[in-house]
Amino acid sequence: MAADAKPRVKVPKTAAAGEVVVIKTLITHKMESGQRKDEAGAVIPRSIINRFTCDFNGVNVVDVEILPSVSSNPYFEFEARVDAAGEFRFTWYDDDGSVYEDVKAITIA
Amino acid sequence: MRHSRRQALGLGLGGLVAAALPFPASAALEDAIAVFAGGAAVGAGGITIDAPEIAENGNAVPVSVSAPGAVAIMLLGAGNPEPVIARVAFGPGAGGQSFATRVRLARTQDVVALARLADGSVIEARAAVKVTIGGCGG
Repeated sequence: MAADAKPRVKVPKTAAAGEVVVIKTLITHKMESGQRKDEAGAVIPRSIINRFTCDFNGVNVVDVEILPSVSSNPYFEFEARVDAAGEFRFTWYDDDGSVYEDVKAITIA
Repeated sequence: MRHSRRQALGLGLGGLVAAALPFPASAALEDAIAVFAGGAAVGAGGITIDAPEIAENGNAVPVSVSAPGAVAIMLLGAGNPEPVIARVAFGPGAGGQSFATRVRLARTQDVVALARLADGSVIEARAAVKVTIGGCGG
């Protein structure tokens, strides 16, 4: 799964100091729930992204514990306050131990 | 006649399985709520949940929760095999206490959102969602 998990993040390029910006993230992942069965009736083992975090300049914005009821290609939308220019760091943690990362810079307009 | 007897048995078994399924799920739901609340009484108000009344596809139902002043939010599907959908903790960099995602719903059910406020109190909101095609496969 590690090869085809592609993160996509939407962050405004600029913001006013102190502004609250909306961040949208999506990562391609099948999120196998562990509830489904294959044609032979055997349970397909769970394989999901179990945690997502977003930090801005090292300060945590959200920390999400994810369970199998989150849809495939998990999408999250949340708000962050931007007091200074800096970098948003997004991290996804896979059940198989893989970690996917993305970084977006924002400047003060 | 032979066929009808066999079919009747099959239907009866299916019905039993369907009837037995919701009970463990609802116990798990109450356990998850109790753990999240940590002994606090669950109140109402101050939290809004936005979900469609009818979801044609239970595999991806858009749900958003807003709870100003919350430090953490938990999202549950009351009728899912595993009721907890996600737990969200807001850090000091959060600009507002709202969160939106897409969830799987196995069947028509209530989606429950709980928020824990900074003072430790817990509030709850529910939204009923009718699911046309369930999102658990199998």
